[in-house]
Amino acid sequence: MLDARTLQQLTDIVGAENIATGVQDLICYGYDATQMEFLPDAVVHPDSAEQVSKILQLANKENFPVFPRGAGSGFTGGALPKGGGVVLVTTRMNRILRIDTDNLVAEVEPGVVTEAFQMEVEKLGLFYPPDPASLKFSTLGGNVAECAGGPRAVKYGVTKDFVMGLEVVLPTGAIIRTGGETVKGVVGYDLTKLLCGSEGTLGIITKIIFKLLPYPDSKKTMLTVFDSIDGAARAVSTIIKNKIIPTTLEFMDHATLTCVERRFNLGMPESARAVLLIEVDGDRDLIEKQAGQIHKLIEPLGLVQFRVAKDAAESEELWRVRRLVSPSLRDVNPDKFNEDIVVPRSKVPDVIRRIELIQKRYDIPIVNFGHAGDGNIHVNIMIDKSVPGQLEKAHEAIKEVFQAALDLGGTMSGEHGVGLAKQPYIPLELNADQITAMKSIKAALDPNNILNPGKMLP
Amino acid sequence: MTKKHTDPLERVAQEMKKCVKCGACRANCPAFGTFQREPATARGKVALAQHLVKGDITLDDGTYSAMSKCLLCGSCVDKCPNQVPTDEIVIAAREALAQRRGLTTFHKAVGQVIKNRKLMNFGALAAAIFGPVFFRKVPSTSGLRLRFPMPFIGGSRHIPQIAKKPFMKRHPEIIKGEPGKPTIVFFVGCMTNFVYTEIGEATLALFRHLGCTVIIPQGQQCCGLPGMSGGDLETVRELAEQNLAAIEKHQADYVMTACATCGGALHKLYPLVIGKRNPELKARLQAVADKTVDAAVLLQKLGLHPEETGTGQRLRVTYHDPCHHRTAGIAKQPRTLLKETPGLDLVEMEGADRCCGLGGTFNVYHYESSLDINAGKSKAIIDTGADAVVTGCPGCIMQLSDGLKQAGDKTRVLHTVELLARKIRR
Repeated sequence: MLDARTLQQLTDIVGAENIATGVQDLICYGYDATQMEFLPDAVVHPDSAEQVSKILQLANKENFPVFPRGAGSGFTGGALPKGGGVVLVTTRMNRILRIDTDNLVAEVEPGVVTEAFQMEVEKLGLFYPPDPASLKFSTLGGNVAECAGGPRAVKYGVTKDFVMGLEVVLPTGAIIRTGGETVKGVVGYDLTKLLCGSEGTLGIITKIIFKLLPYPDSKKTMLTVFDSIDGAARAVSTIIKNKIIPTTLEFMDHATLTCVERRFNLGMPESARAVLLIEVDGDRDLIEKQAGQIHKLIEPLGLVQFRVAKDAAESEELWRVRRLVSPSLRDVNPDKFNEDIVVPRSKVPDVIRRIELIQKRYDIPIVNFGHAGDGNIHVNIMIDKSVPGQLEKAHEAIKEVFQAALDLGGTMSGEHGVGLAKQPYIPLELNADQITAMKSIKAALDPNNILNPGKMLP
Repeated sequence: MTKKHTDPLERVAQEMKKCVKCGACRANCPAFGTFQREPATARGKVALAQHLVKGDITLDDGTYSAMSKCLLCGSCVDKCPNQVPTDEIVIAAREALAQRRGLTTFHKAVGQVIKNRKLMNFGALAAAIFGPVFFRKVPSTSGLRLRFPMPFIGGSRHIPQIAKKPFMKRHPEIIKGEPGKPTIVFFVGCMTNFVYTEIGEATLALFRHLGCTVIIPQGQQCCGLPGMSGGDLETVRELAEQNLAAIEKHQADYVMTACATCGGALHKLYPLVIGKRNPELKARLQAVADKTVDAAVLLQKLGLHPEETGTGQRLRVTYHDPCHHRTAGIAKQPRTLLKETPGLDLVEMEGADRCCGLGGTFNVYHYESSLDINAGKSKAIIDTGADAVVTGCPGCIMQLSDGLKQAGDKTRVLHTVELLARKIRR
């Protein structure tokens, strides 16, 4: 618990209207999308790097933990105040500072909502591709801290591929800049890359410099239905082998299609066993040609339906199939664990087969969909927590799913991070030396372990 | 906590479980947009309601304040991946809080006024009683001002005049139409009856033009939604029963409203909220709900000829979706009517389906925030360069007029039926 004197000092830093200790605020800043809840002792809303720095200096002096938080939309508990302390919310720092059209860079504060930023750059004919499913409400600071991905990663990469530089308040309170605005730059360690995906354990991001691209001229959306999971997976590798890199290659397995169909009755063919939603973007003539090539390439792979959107409205209609997945899943069971394993894309059918076996062994429904283009599969383990024994079974099944991904040369998280949820499984992927190296970095930057303690590393 | 106090929340406890706290509700919630604090989000309110059910947070001012930060616009429900009915949960929480703490002075006054037609018929008298009650609660230094349409409250606010003679007093109960044409019960609503009587006149003219028999049940009352806004479900139930009786007296093909809010009450909220509490009433409420239809939708359904509705003027118009239309899926029909009307150019504003900030009594409790939401709306309207903004809810008309006047803009604010009835009434 924070004493009255410390609370007063925090109040002096951020102002009385930007600190809350009422139980309602503590509850509302103690959850995220994991279904876990921990109450902090106070919630602060700073509006500058200087205020963040003062809070961290105070935290070191008075020895209380600080948990940075954006929109609180994480899937792994990265922003949860486990053990109590101060939640530091970055949403007041929400200005787009500049968009430099000469150099194609932008500087923003961490609390800017991802979609709001995209819309601003698009007005100038520019493009910020990372598009996590939460883009309408998640913040850019959170996206960087978790290294968010999204369906466009297959062509454009993930958040870290667009971060050129940062302003960061280190756990001790020092304000530093990393990276810069130049494409090239090799002086010193690449702290920018270290901080991207560090889940708020190494510093609090207060400014971000993003790389921008020209907005693609046009795009084409195709909904393709296959009679087998193998056909869909082979379609992915065939397209890429033929030197076409689509913007997205979203995948839905049979279990997913059954859920969507049962709830929304979209009229999928009887023989549908897997769906690939393919989008290509770029020059209008080129994408027309690519769409034709894609059709020809995947035709022999058990294709049972091929629909191409003629315009934006039809494209939205095709995307609807993918967007309906989430609301459909709850019909299977009320509680879900959404894991986001990654395997090399050619191994997608192998991992799905392994997951099917796990599903049978534990007798729990598992629904798979996701970003086939980069091998990032969302494995949804659907349970009813109120049924005795199901939670335990789910944890066992999750462990086996992770092991399957690792056996096939993959990783246990592509875009959600570790946080609290995947922490127990870390030793499956990282060996003792790797963990020691990472812990040394944490100890060097945060000697008193006040910044987001207890997260990520075991 | 006694059993009685947790009842309303326990009724929606299962619905609360659907919320996975993903945060999608942050994107569209107008209350969160203005307060920028998590307790104002839908998931925040669900979390608080869950703690209320468990009985582990005290029902202090903080919880009351959080629950008051909702316009009941339903945008969170629309966009929620799991379709969590946060509007229902907030209504239940407000009722639970009202049962525990008692209604606020303001909401007691609201309840007294909306239950008492005689009182409402004497607008000035109502104002005389209502005004002081309100001003005791809200000191003038707070920046809050009376938002009920009272003619004697001046200042910088635009407040519409109360009509000299209420709409319902001007017309008989039954206005006979042509044989074989539909019979329509017109649920008038307070704003149309007492303030914007021209909406009532236009509606009546249009349906008479179509040959319909229009019945204006004299026993009808306020729909009760201002009471629901404050957790006064007892008043809403009383009014629902009276309205039901007034409507059921007549054999009609349709129950028609020209007010999105009244439509929302009759069509959705009565069966959902009152029906849940009173199973005997449920079937009757549902029967009326099934017949309830919005004026614009019914005009289209009955085949109003667009060429008969032209105004003779070239007008650039933009359309604002009232929340109670959006949640009922009414969006295309009024637009189609406007598009087909000769002389009208319909231009879309940004965020046409975003709440105007009125939100029942939200705008009384959170006046600054209501203004903030309204300012965004005004900007979107002004940006279209339209001559008039058209909508289907008298409450929105009041709020939009206020916002535009405060922004120093002269864009007119009209109800869809007013625009359509011009030529017919000439």
